[in-house]
Amino acid sequence: MKPNIKIPDFSHTAVVDQVGIEERASRFTKRSIKNETKMNGLLLALNMIDLTTLEGKDTVGKVKQLCTKAMHLHKAYPGLPTVAAVCVYPSMVGVAKKALGDSGVKVASVSTAFPSGQAPTQVKIDDTKYAVENGADEIDMVISRGKFLQGEYNFVFDEIALIKEICGDARLKVILETGELGTYDRVRKASDIAMYAGADFIKTSTGKISPAATMPVTLVMLEAIRDFYYKTGKKIAMKPAGGISKAKLALHYLVMLNEVLGEDWMNNEWFRFGASSLANDLLMQIMKQKTGIYQSSNYFSID
Amino acid sequence: MAKDDKKDNTLKLKFDSARNLAPAPESKSIAKIKPQYELFINGSFVKPESGKYFDTINPATEEKLSQVAEASPADVDKAIKSAKSAYQKVWSKMPGKERAKYIFRISRMIQEKAREFAVVESLDGGKPIRESRDFDVPTAANHFFYYAGWADKLNYAFPTKTPRPVGVASQIIPWNFPLLMAAWKIAPALATGNTVVLKSAETTPLTALMLAELIQEADLPPGVVNIITGAGETGAAMVSHPDTDKIAFTGSTDVGKIIQKAVASTHKKVTLELGGKAANIIFDDAPLDQAVEGVINGIFFNQGHVCCAGSRLYVQESVYDIVLRKLKDRLETLIVGDPLDKNTDIGAINSRGQLETIQKYLKIGVQEGGEIYQSSCPLPKKGFFCSPTLFTNVSQSSRIAQEEIFGPVLSILTFRTEDEVIEKANNTPYGLSAGVWTDKGSKIFNMTTKLRAGVVWANTFNKFDPTSPFGGFKESGFGREGGLHGLMPYLHLD
Amino acid sequence: MAKINNTNDEQRLEVLKTYKIYVGGQFPRTESGRYYVVKSKNGDHLANVCQCSRKDFRDAVLAARNAFGGWSARAAFNRGQILYRIAEMLEGRKSQFVDEMTKQGLSLKQANEEVNLSIERLIYYAGWCDKYHAMASTVNPVASSHFNFSSPEPTGVVSVLAPDDSPLLGLVSMMAPIISGGNTCVILASSKYPLSAVTFGEVLGTSDLSGGVVNILTGFVDELLPYFADHMDVNAITLSDQSESQVTLAKEKSVFNLKRVFQYKNINWITEKGQSPYFILDLQEIKTTWHPIENIGGAKASY
Repeated sequence: MKPNIKIPDFSHTAVVDQVGIEERASRFTKRSIKNETKMNGLLLALNMIDLTTLEGKDTVGKVKQLCTKAMHLHKAYPGLPTVAAVCVYPSMVGVAKKALGDSGVKVASVSTAFPSGQAPTQVKIDDTKYAVENGADEIDMVISRGKFLQGEYNFVFDEIALIKEICGDARLKVILETGELGTYDRVRKASDIAMYAGADFIKTSTGKISPAATMPVTLVMLEAIRDFYYKTGKKIAMKPAGGISKAKLALHYLVMLNEVLGEDWMNNEWFRFGASSLANDLLMQIMKQKTGIYQSSNYFSID
Repeated sequence: MAKDDKKDNTLKLKFDSARNLAPAPESKSIAKIKPQYELFINGSFVKPESGKYFDTINPATEEKLSQVAEASPADVDKAIKSAKSAYQKVWSKMPGKERAKYIFRISRMIQEKAREFAVVESLDGGKPIRESRDFDVPTAANHFFYYAGWADKLNYAFPTKTPRPVGVASQIIPWNFPLLMAAWKIAPALATGNTVVLKSAETTPLTALMLAELIQEADLPPGVVNIITGAGETGAAMVSHPDTDKIAFTGSTDVGKIIQKAVASTHKKVTLELGGKAANIIFDDAPLDQAVEGVINGIFFNQGHVCCAGSRLYVQESVYDIVLRKLKDRLETLIVGDPLDKNTDIGAINSRGQLETIQKYLKIGVQEGGEIYQSSCPLPKKGFFCSPTLFTNVSQSSRIAQEEIFGPVLSILTFRTEDEVIEKANNTPYGLSAGVWTDKGSKIFNMTTKLRAGVVWANTFNKFDPTSPFGGFKESGFGREGGLHGLMPYLHLD
Repeated sequence: MAKINNTNDEQRLEVLKTYKIYVGGQFPRTESGRYYVVKSKNGDHLANVCQCSRKDFRDAVLAARNAFGGWSARAAFNRGQILYRIAEMLEGRKSQFVDEMTKQGLSLKQANEEVNLSIERLIYYAGWCDKYHAMASTVNPVASSHFNFSSPEPTGVVSVLAPDDSPLLGLVSMMAPIISGGNTCVILASSKYPLSAVTFGEVLGTSDLSGGVVNILTGFVDELLPYFADHMDVNAITLSDQSESQVTLAKEKSVFNLKRVFQYKNINWITEKGQSPYFILDLQEIKTTWHPIENIGGAKASY
């Protein structure tokens, strides 16, 4: 965090009108993405994926397979990009790191007692330290939603700032779990707190709560990022996660990103999709674009 | 070209890639435009007495689409006589529930042919297909559906009164929403038992003529609806015709006044829906991003060819800088171009004449000391196009803040207090619409009750619905269209 | 002590009344200094009445415009009370009106009817003040997520040409719906029977009615009609039994600022037809207001 950034009073953050933001979000879906724009968008979306497995039943074998998929998305189409990162629990960071080697695919680890965040601060610190020490390039922390809803914004702020320190060089993604916050006004407030506290990314959801990412909630966060950028000159990255499994929807998100933050954000340093099944749908659409023939899932590997 | 604010150079967002999308044109083949159209009188298409026709062009390419008949006073006479005869012999005698079924039928058939109507509307008028497809055509169909239901329920509308139709309604509509305005006029007139002669605007006759074909297909009794084409002279003949019982006009305040004067010595019932210069007011506690979106839709919807366009923006001084910055960034993402491309936000200006009017005002704005800011989006080489434009440094006394431009040109002014902005917003001969943006409920009601306008949008803008009355205060006209209040202009209440 | 002489009606010299006009709550004479003579049916001189000029009208419009903001913003209930108060004041001065009308040539029966019905009419409209909104307003069930309602608002300043054949009831019947709806007005009294109109101004002046809400001028239609119709700060004009050519002139002149023009022709004011809430609605503009409705989450109203 730059020392010259003035921390605002979080009891007064920008307000959001629900009907207006949803109208605006649906307007992006009216864009018709064709031909080369579509192909570029599909490839870009593929390259923005945080390929994710976050299950109690995750094993070394599962994570290794996922890492192979991350590096070799579809062998029938040489020259495809890789995904951006593989996202796992801290216990699997070492496995993933080794499997991905020097492929350039990053390892992201959830932490801070993901997904609920209901643990003592020391546990969250240790959780994060463990992931970082095992080689995580990125940390996906959760905010304390309970404290946030109690109005203890300083607690939430301090916790994010603390985890940021522990991250060191790892980039910090702050998960707001928007599905538990209830209103867009609170999503906006949580976004502001996260960014001012040092988040490199703000992220919608854990994927464990419904609703997860939606276009309007992502738009609220993108607009928060834009306002933060206007004020401080500092770019913050965005990661919608959960619920984005279709190529068409991913393209809508990219249209939205492009029209809210512009082309400087149109790469995987500044935007990610947290998703598990999106990759194959993108691949099917890419092959359709390439061959002109509608595809079957039987021809795309499920790892 | 856009002028960059020097201090913002380092932080400028870039939107070129957002605008440079691959073309996504709607297929023209669905539009079956005939090479020539006749006048729809007494249930059939007849040649004009004069034998004269005029061209209608695509404003985006300047190419001829078709030619349509020019109705002379003799044709107007024929049309009005057929309307009168249909009124006396058929329509006024038909039970309301039967009238309703015809009107429902029209609504359904518009839905069936919606895409064709949308494409023709965009070809003939220049509006983006996204708007004609998602707004104009469905709203027109809904308007017929809404009023159809009133036809057999009129006795419930006005307590203690017995409603009775007026007779023959002469209706004159503008070029900004050709099909939708036809629906706004025809639907309530038919529901209340009147018969109609409608004249579409000179530059946009095609969808009204398609509607005529549809009405023929719907088997409406001959003469109940007559649709004719022509220019001002044709309209004048309709207004002055002795068998016209009711005049409904949407258009400029100047022409509205001419009509009002022309009928001064008669007992013709008149409703006028005229110009506007709406104030759109942003307070510092507003949801700013939604407000900016509302401002953008308020002024750039349909290229600004909207009588209720939010053409005067009042921003509270404490948020002026951020609002302006957001507006400029949003402006950059607007795609100006081929109306038939599904990604086009701003289509073609309706006619060369209107483009010249807008360009005249751009010059006036600069001469008056306004600071002009235009999107860097390139304009097509052919056709009538205008960059979306913001003017800052505008004052209440500037002509661009007083006169209706009817184009994509926004004048931005500032204010400090509630009292000041109410006074400034009402400081106009117009009173059609207004907008207010604030998160505080009590302030909304303070503003919405004090703004002298027929439609007030709070934390939204440019919303329309068949159930919602629309129309102006002061020189923006009188009478309402839409909702229960929209029945009144077509009825005598005994 | 000696009794003062000449207190018997027969011997006493009557104090004659100067008939002035009622503008802005004051009782000035016409600025023009002109007058015309009103005679009894026997030809006796009754009064010198002000022959108002266009400047008197101009001043009256100014007073009406100044009064509009306050009067239209008053609680409807309060407007009702003030109209009722006017009726009370009129009741108390009934005999004066009857006296004036019989002098001007009405029969006692006619005069009594004029005054009694005028009182009834004021009470009728006093009751409407806070009720016509309910009759003319709608909540419109729009298809989008917005709350939408339409309700009447006063048109503004109204110029009124009172019926010539009715000394009081016609004027009251035209005035009451205008002011009960929150408008203000300038009335040209019957030139044939101006005395009751002037005296009615005195009733208004003692009725809690703010100055300027009603202004009453005396004079001639032919002279004043053009100004009543073309003044740019008058929003509507109501006519009564003027001739076709006068009405046409009024309509033509009204075009300059698109005044609303209403003619109440051949209305027998002593009948039920002489009163209606629809007269109030003639001088109302319908305003439609929109606001988004927030609808977040799955919570629905339930029983």
